[in-house]
Amino acid sequence: MSQPGAGSRAAQYATNPPREMPKRSGTELALLAFAAFIVTSAFVLVQANQEQELSWDVVWYGLAYLAIFAVAHLAVRRWAPYADPLILPCVALLNGIGLVMIYRIDMAQAERAISLSQEVTENAPRQVLFTVLALALFLAVLIVVPDHRTLTRYAYTFGLVGIVALALPALLPSSLSEVNGAKVWLKLPGFSIQPGEFAKILLMIFFASFLVAKRDLFMAAGKRVLGVELPRARDLGPILIAAVACLGILVFEKDLGTALLFFGIVLVMLYVATERIIWVVVGLGLFLGGALIAYQLFTHVQQRVANWIDPLATYDDPGGGYQIAQGLFGLGTGGVFGTGLGAGRPETVPEANTDFITAALGEELGFVGLAALLMIYLLLAMRGMRGALAVRDTFGKLLGGGLSFTIIMQVFVIVGGVTKLIPMTGITTPFLSYGGSSLLANYILVALLLRISDAARRPQPAAKPRPQAQAPLAEAHTVMVQRPQPAEGGRTE
Amino acid sequence: MNTPLRKVGVAMLVMVTLLLVNATYIQVVKADDYRTDGRNSRVLLDEYSRERGKIVAEEAGQVLAGVEPTDDRLQYQRTYSNGPMYAPVTGYYSVRYGADGLEGNMDEFLNGSDPRLFVRRLSDMITGRDPRGGNVRLTVRPSVQEAAYRAMTDRGYTGSVVALDPKTGDILAMVSTPSYDPNRLASHSSEEQQAAWEQYTENEANPMLNRAIRETYPPGSTFKIVTTAAALENGATPDTKVTSAANVTLPGTSTTLENFGGQTCPGSTLKDALAYSCNTAYAELAGNLGAEKLRETAADFGIGMSDLEIPMSVVPSSLGDLESEAALYQSGIGQRDVRLTPMQDALLSATVANGGVAMKPQLVRALLAPDLSTIEEFAPEELTGEAAMSAANAEALKDMMIASEENTSGGGKDPSLNIASKTGTAEHGSDPKATPPHAWYTAFAPHDDPRIAVAVIVQSGGDRGLAATGGSVAAEIGRTTIAAALGGG
Repeated sequence: MSQPGAGSRAAQYATNPPREMPKRSGTELALLAFAAFIVTSAFVLVQANQEQELSWDVVWYGLAYLAIFAVAHLAVRRWAPYADPLILPCVALLNGIGLVMIYRIDMAQAERAISLSQEVTENAPRQVLFTVLALALFLAVLIVVPDHRTLTRYAYTFGLVGIVALALPALLPSSLSEVNGAKVWLKLPGFSIQPGEFAKILLMIFFASFLVAKRDLFMAAGKRVLGVELPRARDLGPILIAAVACLGILVFEKDLGTALLFFGIVLVMLYVATERIIWVVVGLGLFLGGALIAYQLFTHVQQRVANWIDPLATYDDPGGGYQIAQGLFGLGTGGVFGTGLGAGRPETVPEANTDFITAALGEELGFVGLAALLMIYLLLAMRGMRGALAVRDTFGKLLGGGLSFTIIMQVFVIVGGVTKLIPMTGITTPFLSYGGSSLLANYILVALLLRISDAARRPQPAAKPRPQAQAPLAEAHTVMVQRPQPAEGGRTE
Repeated sequence: MNTPLRKVGVAMLVMVTLLLVNATYIQVVKADDYRTDGRNSRVLLDEYSRERGKIVAEEAGQVLAGVEPTDDRLQYQRTYSNGPMYAPVTGYYSVRYGADGLEGNMDEFLNGSDPRLFVRRLSDMITGRDPRGGNVRLTVRPSVQEAAYRAMTDRGYTGSVVALDPKTGDILAMVSTPSYDPNRLASHSSEEQQAAWEQYTENEANPMLNRAIRETYPPGSTFKIVTTAAALENGATPDTKVTSAANVTLPGTSTTLENFGGQTCPGSTLKDALAYSCNTAYAELAGNLGAEKLRETAADFGIGMSDLEIPMSVVPSSLGDLESEAALYQSGIGQRDVRLTPMQDALLSATVANGGVAMKPQLVRALLAPDLSTIEEFAPEELTGEAAMSAANAEALKDMMIASEENTSGGGKDPSLNIASKTGTAEHGSDPKATPPHAWYTAFAPHDDPRIAVAVIVQSGGDRGLAATGGSVAAEIGRTTIAAALGGG
């Protein structure tokens, strides 16, 4: 996987001709401008509907938004010029819509706070600040990591830090780590962070690197039973460790969502690395078993399931379906076209600006708006996946695929929970919901995706023309050709 | 490694598709269930925070129910000017106890969700204004309403006054006393709402009952208008001879039915019988007519109509079973099981005043858009479509009522008003002779060109106790009301 080797083979991609890939940064700028237009319009609508007048806030937030993404765009131009031009605009749009909704819920809560003569807490300015910080981190990642392959050098360090970060809240006393029953925080003077959000990415880097290095091990066949190749027992190690770790999160941090998310990511990465569906089967089996055990053991899991089956029935119970039911009421009231931004009552739902922000958006933008948001996520993840498909190294593929999948997995878990598709497990909605850790972590994720996509589209340094000694077909696997079957010779070294 | 990546890509597609399908189910298929769930406060809050339309009176557009902006969550406070005086007309609008009266009946229009307002609401949406409710213009004339309400409350009477325009059915006044203040029920403080609600509902005087249309009473001698009309329609004339005996024995019983005060009647014609309110004459008259003919004429006055809405629904008045001749005798003088609403009693006079044709009472003159342009105007309608009597008989009955008015005592007499009337003193309760009677007065004026018909009921004798009569207690209130209506116009 060393650089010279990768470079020398580049010229042989017959199906991916070594022509200069267009940078398309103009496209990115135009799309960013479009996103800025949508976000500013949304902002104006919120103000018009809520205050019946426009204030200077529009200008201030609008300019802040423009400045943030202008800087991001310039940075991408400078440090990842070949990166996919759709990724950043998608992120900018989601982030912007999230900001608008957080601002909108601020207004509603301020109104209520004033009538109860309580202190007003404004989340939107803090979220702008988080966005700026996230952008700084985004830039830092782009600059510090000029080539994603360098990450493999620190894989074990990342893995260790990741595990510690993940476990830290569980080990610390509740006074330093528990907020609203979830023991996932690290409370520092002045601010709190959710180390799990960052651990997610660190562990993915480790896992991708680990799987690529030990890939042969997992590919080795075990016994065949009923025509299915079972993995050898000792190869089950990593997935069992992952399962135990997730169960640990579940038990000690009471964080169902993160556990589910981690497990899904591990499964998918294992599958992509080994190309063997049996891992998914084994994983799902473990998941079902774990879920059943968790259901038997923990009352809060039973409560979540009861709330999922019929939130209206457990509406009045403590810890019951009130929140989900209110979210559904909001979604139902929004209907197909929504009540209009600023014209609904999304603040009725508890946690409307974090876990339930999609319910708030679904209420005011309607099914149409919610569907559009989901499509933006899909577009974002698919563009990330495209980068993973096109990049030439296995680590990049695995990491890119894992990161892309993470986005959709998060969206599936939280939006599925809000819309009663699956039991509610509180995790953040990427880029939309209020919260610094999630935003920062997801911007790092996007920076890595951009980095991989940049590597995928970057023209290779012109290879010295030399006669072809090897059969081209054996090497053509990593590009857009479909391999007839997973052959031993068909993988990169 | 691309094959599994592609498969993961497909899996992501499937996951998002699942979310979309589920969102469709929640937001399209089940949307109505969730939106209308009683625990969903959004729709309710929306409705309450919308600028509700006004209820305005006919005269000079006086605002009876309006809104004032507030700085709380509901944004607008419903306010009633002269709340208790107009409570039977406006009803109330309470966050906690819902809406009743006109507020309830016209709710969709007032809160802006009525389809007739839709085009305007759309334009409101485009111009960015909050949707507002439509306004309702009433037929009520504040001068008449106020005179009637003051006349009742100044004397502390429990009862009701209804004033109609006999030619159109417009309700000029609708009073019920004692009354309640809808302002307290519309309060944004739920404690105040609850306190008011408990105070009003636990009060034995039942101030929240709209006596004019929601309660029936024995009409007593005012019902003789119906009996007379039935007799005239069946061949009698004002000069037809009737009995003047002091009492008659009810057929099939040993019970006697007496004239008021046990006296013989001063005259022996039908005209005299009405003028002096001779019970014996009317008992026999009803007995001779028979149940069917009496019922037929009564129906043409609107008695027995169960679907009358003004737009609030009016409880049906009825004659009772008329199961025996004795019952018929007693019913002929408005006793036994005859029960009329004050609204129906006003219709008796109004029908005579309008040449025998009852006009449908209506409270709403027009529906106005938020910008006060007219959306719909209501035209007068006939109540039953059948005349209760011919114009000639109506004319004859009118003359008889003029004579009756001349014989009626009580305050407020003013010959220039040209009133035609009939009083009633209705016995009720389980021991009628020891229970103060209801005092009735139904009249119209001026008799040559009727512009107002009224009915007054003062429950249980007002301040006169057992000695109360329609003339001594109710007549003055009726005349005051008529004077207010004619004096102003």
